Amino acid sequence: MANEKKTPEQVKYQKLVKERMPKSQTFSQCVRAFISGGIICCIGQLMRNWAQQGMGLDEKGTAAFTAIVMVFLGATLTGIGVYDKIGEWSGAGSIVPITGFANSIVSPAMEFKREGFITGTAAKLFTIAGPVLVYGVGSSVIVGLLSLLFK
Amino acid sequence: MADILNNMIPVKRAGRQTVLFSNPPAIISSATVVGPMEGKGPLGPYFDMVLKDDTWGEDSWEKAERKMFEHTVRSAMDKVNLQSGGVDCLLGGDLLNQIISANFAARELKLPFLGLYGACSTMAESLLIGSMLIDGGYAGRVACIATSHFSTAERQYRNPLEMGGQTTPTAQRTVTGAGCSIAANPTLEGDRLYGNVFVTAGTIGKVTDLGITDVNNMGAAMAPAAVDTLTAHLSDTGRGVMDYDLIVTGDLGRFGSEMFRELCLQNGIDVGNRHLDCGNLVFSGEQKVDCGGSGCGCCASVLNAYLLERIEKGDLRRIFFMATGALLSPTSSMQNDSIPGIAHGIVLERK
Repeated sequence: MANEKKTPEQVKYQKLVKERMPKSQTFSQCVRAFISGGIICCIGQLMRNWAQQGMGLDEKGTAAFTAIVMVFLGATLTGIGVYDKIGEWSGAGSIVPITGFANSIVSPAMEFKREGFITGTAAKLFTIAGPVLVYGVGSSVIVGLLSLLFK
Repeated sequence: MADILNNMIPVKRAGRQTVLFSNPPAIISSATVVGPMEGKGPLGPYFDMVLKDDTWGEDSWEKAERKMFEHTVRSAMDKVNLQSGGVDCLLGGDLLNQIISANFAARELKLPFLGLYGACSTMAESLLIGSMLIDGGYAGRVACIATSHFSTAERQYRNPLEMGGQTTPTAQRTVTGAGCSIAANPTLEGDRLYGNVFVTAGTIGKVTDLGITDVNNMGAAMAPAAVDTLTAHLSDTGRGVMDYDLIVTGDLGRFGSEMFRELCLQNGIDVGNRHLDCGNLVFSGEQKVDCGGSGCGCCASVLNAYLLERIEKGDLRRIFFMATGALLSPTSSMQNDSIPGIAHGIVLERK
C-alpha cells in the first residue's frame, strides 16, 4: 500500500482526517517540558555542586557522581511506578534528561521479566534506548574523526 | 447462474454481503468482566464483575486475560444453568498474537472451539458466524466471546507500561474487558436470561483501507470500514437508518465517530443522533483517555452488559451492531503499511 499510488478517495479522506484531527497542544506541552526538564536539571546541578564543593571531587569524579545519582533516581522512580506519571505531565521534559534514559531501560527490564532473564529482560533491555545508543555512539565516532582531521 | 442458485436454495441472503436468518437465533444469556478503570466509567454498574486489580491474582497480564475469557464463558453458562454439554460450539478471540487468550481458555473449557481473529470486530464476527451455525442447524447453542486487556495490548503494540511519555490526542485506550453472549435456537427448552432478543440478520464486512498509517489514530483508520458495511447493509436490505433505533459502532472513539458520520453523509446516509459508539460510552471525559476506548473487549462488554438489557427491556427495538477492527500488526506498521479496517454487523431485534 505504502508504495502504491493513492486513489482519489484515499487522498480526499486523508486530507479530511488531517484537517479535523485534534491537535497536540504544542505550546503548553513545551512550557511543561521546559519547567519539568528545568527542575530535573536543577537537581542535577545541585548534585554537581555537592560533589564539587561538599565532597571535593575533581571534574571527572563530579560528572560520574552526578550521572550515577540521576540514573539512580530515574530508575528508582520507574521501579516504584512514579516516573510514568511524571512523564505523562512533562513529556519531553522528563524524556530528554539522563533520568529519562534510565526510565527507558528500566521499564522494559521490568516488563519483560516474565519472559525470563535472558530471553526477556536481557533481550528487551535496549528496545527503546538501543537506537539512541547506536546512533549516539555512531555519530560521536564521526564527529571524533572529523575533529582529528581538521585539528 | 446466480438466479438459478437463488431459486434452488431457500433465500437466506440479501444482496451481496447480508445474511438473513429464517429462524432467528435468540440471545439467551450474557456475561461480562471488566478492569478497574472501566468499572469506574459511566457503565460501571452494568458490568457483572469489576476486577480490583488487573492481574487478577495471576503472575502475568496474559494469564489474567485468559482467566477473564474463561470466567466470562462459564458465568454466561451458569446464569442459564448450562452444563458444558449444552454448548455446541465456542467462538471467540482476542487481540494477542496467535489469539493465546482464547486458545488457552478453550483448553480449560473443553468445548468445541473455533478461534477467530477479527481484531476489535471479533464480537460481531463471532455472533454472526454463531448465528449462521444455529440457523443452519449445525448447532443448538453457541457461546460467542471477545476479550482484550489494556496491559497485554500495550506490551504487544506499544511501549512498556512504566515508560514515561505522552499520548497523542487521537489515541484510544484499550479496554480491559470480556463479554460473552450465548445464542441459541429459539425452539430449545431451558432457562433464559433474555426472552426477547434475537439476531435477525448480519452483514459480512469487507476489508477497507483509505491509507491511514498513524497507529495512534485507529478510529480514523476504521471509520471507512464501518461506513462501507453500513452502506452495504442498508442497500442489501432496502432499509434506511430510520428503521433502526441505534446504529452502534464498536470502538471508533470520538474522532473516528466524527469521521464516520462525515463519510456516511458523503454516501447519502444521515445517521443523525441514532449513532452510538461503544468506545465513547465506556469511559467518561474525566478519565483522561483522549479519544475513548478501543479493543475487542470494548464493544463486547458494552453489548453484553448494557445494550442487550436495553433491548430486552424494550427501550430499543432494533439495532445494527457493528464491531470495527483495525487489522494491523506491529510489524506491518513498522514497515509503513497503512491500517486495513473491517466491520461486521448484526441486527439485534426485540420480538
